[in-house]
Amino acid sequence: MDIKPATSDAPAECLLSTFRLSKHYPGVQALDDIDFELLAGEVHVLFGENGAGKSTLISILAGAVQPSAGEIGIKGEPAHLSSVRDARAKGISAVFQEFSLVPTLTVAENLCLGEEPRYAAVPLLDKAALRGRAQRLLNELGFEIDCDSLVSHLSRAQQQMVEIAKSLRGNVSVLILDEPTASLTDQETQSLFELVKRLQDQGVGIIYISHRIQEIKQIANRITVLRDGQKIATVAAEDASEERLIELMTGRSIAKIYPQIASKPGQTVLEVHDLWSRNGVRNASIHVRRGEVVGIAGLVGSGKSELVRALYGLSKVTQGRVLFKGQDRTNATTAQMLADGFFYLPPDRKAEGLVLNFRSSEDMVLPILAGPLRGPAGWLRQGLSRQLARSSAQRVELTTRNLYRAVGLLSGGNQQKVMFAKGFTQSATLYVFDEPTVGVDMGTRSALYGLIQALCESGAAVVIVSSDLPEILHLTHRTYVMCRGELSGELHPPHITESRLLNLFFEPARLAA
Amino acid sequence: MSAVLKPDYTHYSHLPRRLWQLLVRAFVRVGVLPFMLVIAIVVFSLASDQFLSVQNLTNLMRQAVYLILVSMGQMLALVTGGFDLSVGTVLAITSVVSASVMSSVIQASPDAAWIAIAAGCGAGVLAGTLIGVVNGLGVAVVGVSPFIVTLGMQSVGFGIALFLTGGVPVSGLPSVFSDYFGFGSVFGISVPILVTVVCVTGMTVLMNRTVIGRHLLAVGGNARAATLSGISTRKVLLIAYLLCATLASVSGLLLTARVGTGEANLGGTIALESIAACVIAGVSLRGGMGRVENVVLGALFIGLVQNGMNLTNVGSYLQMVVLGGLLIIAVVADQLRHRLLVPED
Repeated sequence: MDIKPATSDAPAECLLSTFRLSKHYPGVQALDDIDFELLAGEVHVLFGENGAGKSTLISILAGAVQPSAGEIGIKGEPAHLSSVRDARAKGISAVFQEFSLVPTLTVAENLCLGEEPRYAAVPLLDKAALRGRAQRLLNELGFEIDCDSLVSHLSRAQQQMVEIAKSLRGNVSVLILDEPTASLTDQETQSLFELVKRLQDQGVGIIYISHRIQEIKQIANRITVLRDGQKIATVAAEDASEERLIELMTGRSIAKIYPQIASKPGQTVLEVHDLWSRNGVRNASIHVRRGEVVGIAGLVGSGKSELVRALYGLSKVTQGRVLFKGQDRTNATTAQMLADGFFYLPPDRKAEGLVLNFRSSEDMVLPILAGPLRGPAGWLRQGLSRQLARSSAQRVELTTRNLYRAVGLLSGGNQQKVMFAKGFTQSATLYVFDEPTVGVDMGTRSALYGLIQALCESGAAVVIVSSDLPEILHLTHRTYVMCRGELSGELHPPHITESRLLNLFFEPARLAA
Repeated sequence: MSAVLKPDYTHYSHLPRRLWQLLVRAFVRVGVLPFMLVIAIVVFSLASDQFLSVQNLTNLMRQAVYLILVSMGQMLALVTGGFDLSVGTVLAITSVVSASVMSSVIQASPDAAWIAIAAGCGAGVLAGTLIGVVNGLGVAVVGVSPFIVTLGMQSVGFGIALFLTGGVPVSGLPSVFSDYFGFGSVFGISVPILVTVVCVTGMTVLMNRTVIGRHLLAVGGNARAATLSGISTRKVLLIAYLLCATLASVSGLLLTARVGTGEANLGGTIALESIAACVIAGVSLRGGMGRVENVVLGALFIGLVQNGMNLTNVGSYLQMVVLGGLLIIAVVADQLRHRLLVPED
């Protein structure tokens, strides 16, 4: 599905513009002289790394943050947005990543939250009016969501729809969406896009933040790239190739970000035969050899992460066999896999990667506490622990200062370095990186890729599980693609291309024998 | 740093602002305890000239050991992200069971005092620890919230202790038990204090120097990260509740020796007191943070406040008010400190 601008001959009206907009925080120039313009019926994507200034810009436009300098114009008139409420009153509405819905209330109650209708005579809630108003709103938007169901019973996408509906109550001419598809499945994403298209046709201007290049190509009309608080360029979607966007975003060429990893496939260390698992993997067979980087690609929920988690003892294998270094390790425990040299880097570092109140040095050695660091009678070998933490920190280029700070206080990039360092306190045979660079800036990203390169070239087996297509395209020597819990294909160079990958994302074709 | 603790001082001179910043930094580093300790000592030494006397301070130490032991156990539960409301019941059960066993053994053979004591202590600790096993299984294996399991066990244990004794204190303990473990001393140091010193040392080593100590902190700090690091959270939780009950049980034995009878009403307020001691000592209610030394100080602080209030004739009803208030203040302070420590959580 392609959504292109609502074509009309008359030039579209400019809904919202900024002139030399700047925001200065103590020590940081978060936004620097930004000129930005949003037309009616346009999807204008903001693109940039974390910390590039996207969030600051939309926060200002939504009235949540006041600019230090510069002007904002609404339909050509200079305007001042003193609060979110004020911005709403002027037709600008934002949907941020954190949902503002109350899960224990119904859809209708949520949609009227804060503006509940009351009877004229007595100050009691007019439930009929409330339902009616909510239903009208949903009908207008064409959402088929039951007004009376609890928000907690809805799917993630439906919740997103309700959130959007809530943001569209009243008169809205500008809608700001901050990574709305971050946790949606593919189908849900498609229905969101249809909604965006409908709003576009009604002349609503949409500011859309996303990191996903495929997605941007699909719905954007124009793309503004930000870097370090400055506007780098505004380009038409037709003219924006993926490489150009990445180069604009990072200021460096693709070749400098992704290293050329030499491949010398050796002994097979991991063999998975016809694996079915309780967390939803169906009949998957893969193998991984020393000295190669194997990708596992797929959409969120395709089973790519679930597969490696089942191998690591995090979910039960119901059928099939797992051989690791020639030994049967079907349903081995996590501790066993770790001791055998299977390193797994989980995708969500805050939720399951790091103990945030530990120092980095303590966090790094968690996986080897019960291993090399266990002395006689359960004594902790502190000298060794310190030494290993220091040397691992050196390898991932984590400064000494950060080594002894609480991990929770580090930046995302440094936290990810700590995650990687866990793999270097003990040399493993197989490294499985599940979304290795999620939420990490480009500089750190290329450093992490360098580490992956070094591992592979020193003879370790590496698996990269990733939703980030460029990562799969540029780093892997061989890539499995998963779709709905099954393997939908295996690609070898030169066939690891975007279009082939995307095809396999959506159709669970049988593996070509 | 968060904006919460940064009032606008621009219209003041620089000195108070610098002082304030220093205090805030000290607070983030060491928590609320040193501040409260200083305030309490100043207030009570002003209110009573006996407060700082050597005799009163040794007295205070001797009274505080029971709470110190229980608080260290409580810390283990708190550090893993739970808590143990049933410590009082462990005290009661230990007391009643050990006293009953001792008195029946001594009745059967009046000369075997030490055998009676050994059998009584063994049976008491076993009974107390059994509560810990149930707590641990409930939390770690079944996955019930610590609140419910330990609250339930609190009632179950108390009921059993009353049932066993019919509500009447168990008497007839060998006198040497009280003489030795209640009031005796070795090398001029009172035995309860000695036992406590051994336990404190053991716990300090456990938390700082052993693998299991690090596991306890990791499970409390982020259970899923611990699981992914190959740590068995079940085992760790089980150990936490087991050790917690064991320490409470030891405390129960010493207290029984002190009062000279087996009582089902021992430890009525100790759950509250021990949680307060821990939280004041900077043990995070979210788990993952806690130091033995500080908990000992926290328990001493509670003892000190109670002692000071006794000296200044504050009635026991008002003491309850103060204790509850202290707990709440400590939790609020913990909240604030967490916000300063992990911004934008």
